[in-house]
Amino acid sequence: MLSFFKKPLIRGGVHAEEHKAATATQAIVYNFPLPKKLYIPLQQHVGKPAEPLIRVGDKVLKGQLLAYSQGVISAPVHAPSSGIILDVNDYPAPHPSALPIRMIVLETDGKDKWITTEVPIDPFLLEPEDISLRVGAAGIVGLGGATFPTAVKLNMGRDNHVDTLIINGSECEPYLSCDDRLMQERAEEIIDGVRLMLHGMRSEKAVVAIEDNKPQAYLAMHTAALPYPTIQVIQIPTRYPMGWDRQLIRYVTGKEVPVGCRSSEIGVTIHNVGTAYAVHKAIRHGQPLLSRVITVAGGAVKRPMNIEVPLGTLISELFNFCEVNTETTARIVMGGPMMGESLPHSGLPTVKATSGILALTASELKNTEEQPCIRCAACVSVCPAGLRPLDMANNIRVNQLDAAVDIGLKDCISCGCCSYICPSNIPLVQYFKYASGEVMARQQAQHKAEQNKRLMDARNARMERIAQQQREEEQARLAAKAERERLKAAEQEVVA
Amino acid sequence: MITHLKPASGAHVGAKSSVSFIMWQVMLALLPATVFGIWCFGWPALNLFVITVSSAVLFEVICIRMAGRVAKPVIMDGSAMLTGWLLAMTLPPWSPWWIGVVGSGLAIILGKQVYGGLGQNLFNPAMLARVALLISFPIEMTTWSNVSPLFFSQSPGITESWHITFMGLDNIDAVTGATTLGYIKTEFSQNHLLADILKDYSGLLNFIGWTRGSLGETSTLLLALGGAWLIRRGIIQWYIPISLLLTVTMFASVFHMVDNQHYISPMIHLNSGAMMCVAFFIATDYVTSPNTPTGQIVFGAGCGLLIFVIRTWGSYPEGAGFAVLLMNAATPLIDHYIRPRIYGRDRKGRPLEIPKP
Repeated sequence: MLSFFKKPLIRGGVHAEEHKAATATQAIVYNFPLPKKLYIPLQQHVGKPAEPLIRVGDKVLKGQLLAYSQGVISAPVHAPSSGIILDVNDYPAPHPSALPIRMIVLETDGKDKWITTEVPIDPFLLEPEDISLRVGAAGIVGLGGATFPTAVKLNMGRDNHVDTLIINGSECEPYLSCDDRLMQERAEEIIDGVRLMLHGMRSEKAVVAIEDNKPQAYLAMHTAALPYPTIQVIQIPTRYPMGWDRQLIRYVTGKEVPVGCRSSEIGVTIHNVGTAYAVHKAIRHGQPLLSRVITVAGGAVKRPMNIEVPLGTLISELFNFCEVNTETTARIVMGGPMMGESLPHSGLPTVKATSGILALTASELKNTEEQPCIRCAACVSVCPAGLRPLDMANNIRVNQLDAAVDIGLKDCISCGCCSYICPSNIPLVQYFKYASGEVMARQQAQHKAEQNKRLMDARNARMERIAQQQREEEQARLAAKAERERLKAAEQEVVA
Repeated sequence: MITHLKPASGAHVGAKSSVSFIMWQVMLALLPATVFGIWCFGWPALNLFVITVSSAVLFEVICIRMAGRVAKPVIMDGSAMLTGWLLAMTLPPWSPWWIGVVGSGLAIILGKQVYGGLGQNLFNPAMLARVALLISFPIEMTTWSNVSPLFFSQSPGITESWHITFMGLDNIDAVTGATTLGYIKTEFSQNHLLADILKDYSGLLNFIGWTRGSLGETSTLLLALGGAWLIRRGIIQWYIPISLLLTVTMFASVFHMVDNQHYISPMIHLNSGAMMCVAFFIATDYVTSPNTPTGQIVFGAGCGLLIFVIRTWGSYPEGAGFAVLLMNAATPLIDHYIRPRIYGRDRKGRPLEIPKP
């Protein structure tokens, strides 16, 4: 009875058709033919882009540092294979706009020759700070899609004396199964990565949370974690967006992260299973982040699979390998179908954030025929952030962006639940993304105008000061002249 | 290589639902009670039903055309048809044809389209029309025909039904009477006690719907079943119907326990008038009800309280229409004050405090 009055641990959310079986039941494919060219963006993470330290024409080995991280929040980029640097220039980004960003183009030589790597004998003898350094140097970022530099997160965890490390194995997005497969096939390596992260943060307790639609992954992870009492593997309900870090934190710890705070401030840090695996490879084998497992799925894919590809592989090559029907592909989505970004074409590279590439047919897509809102409030009940999407959309439609901000626009996480559930097919997330961008642009414009005004005022004051000075000098000069003439006249008088 | 696809925001997949699907589900849920009502009250009821629904659709077409839009897709969403259907359910079954037409006009034009169409109206169109009709044409709106089921001897034949619908009733007193609530109200005004008044009352017949009343409102059983089906299907939530019915039951129980000769029992309340139809089909209208669970509970309780108050102390025997309209007017206020708490913030919208370790 008391539990009835307890705060619910999960709010909102939807249960979408999973479409995971096609890829989750077969092993990860490792024999992807090495592409001739790799397009490696310098920014594959949150923060400042990496700075290249190679020149065009340089020969590089697999794992060699291509661009170093600059600034506190940044990550380096390494050569996913051996070969020659063809170009460092702007190429279309894997983003809905496909606007050009700086990339390194690597022509592979097919030898895939490794650089010599240094491996510690027992990483648990390393200082925790050293773990962070190595993780940072390996270019590891959050592989769940947030791409926040992992080393920074480990440091924050250590500084804030985080007591719980949550490993996010929920993989709540439909279609995607790369984490599921990784947990099934690489459970021991992931658990080792978790232990290294615990060591790196000086934390004592880790909880691996896996949605209950992945019983085999749970079993594998549970078995792998048995020898380590500090690591607990739990099953969580299958409900999108269970993998939203803050939802998962509340479900696992019962704590809610205040707005504007990092989770480490309340003693919790959350990392993805893929990240834990990358940490294992970096520390135990000295391998930087060069490749990742990507789910290729969707109705237009003839051979859907989870496949390990080097970073920088063009989506079109991936599509060729998986035999994607280009005729029936109505939309290419990078990531899952709920939060993923649609891409305008397939000539874009895969990056550290790419958990999946979907080639969806028209029949799989949401109907876009928009009808009037009937205030059914389904969007209110599914919103995990506790917002009222219908009211926000109404405000945005009449351009009252401030009103939308007042009722929570900035707390929207773009999870897509409202768009998913809307019977009137209103593209709510699109409204919110537009409005957020617009609000930011307006703030910048306002900031700029204020700055201009300040500069203008300063200039006016300066000019006024100069003019005043000139006037004073002029007066002084005139006075001196008059004085001189008076003296002269007096002198002449004396002479006369 | 694939080129030039139009970018779009997530979610890229969607739940299989649509406005017209929802409307059709509601109509499906109304079907048993409607069919039963038409059977009970014979061909004139069918005439009225067809006239009301088709004129509602017609008015919608006219309005959409006047706005310079294409009418067909708007009609196909089923909302005008549902409005007409709900209105027909609440009319006296042998009402003349113009009651249906005027009612549909009021509902569609004044109740819905002047606000800007679907989703924009403040008041429930069907209830707005019903209340306007009741105030404007009190005689027609309180002429309740006897139960005279189709294919039985008392039931008017097809020709006779045309006469009733288009020319009016000739022998009103012979074929009409009062509803349960109306009868009780009249008897109370003559200082009779409930024990006398309810001598002939049968709870079972009222529950099934074998009683005088509006075309589709008589059968508590079928309406409640339809409503329960809608809740099960997830089309409506339980908050409004349950809080409405509970509130009425609670107040009725208390007063009935205190004085069982002047306050009718909760069973009669739940079993008569528009109670079930309003609880499951009218008050749950998405457009005119609040959009949070707590808000909906407040809304339902408010409707229930007002229904009880108007029935008990008002001059009308039934207060459901008025109650719903009053609470519709309060909906924006409820939505303003009762909002979900945003993650990481307190109820006032300030960020939560970091818990001390």
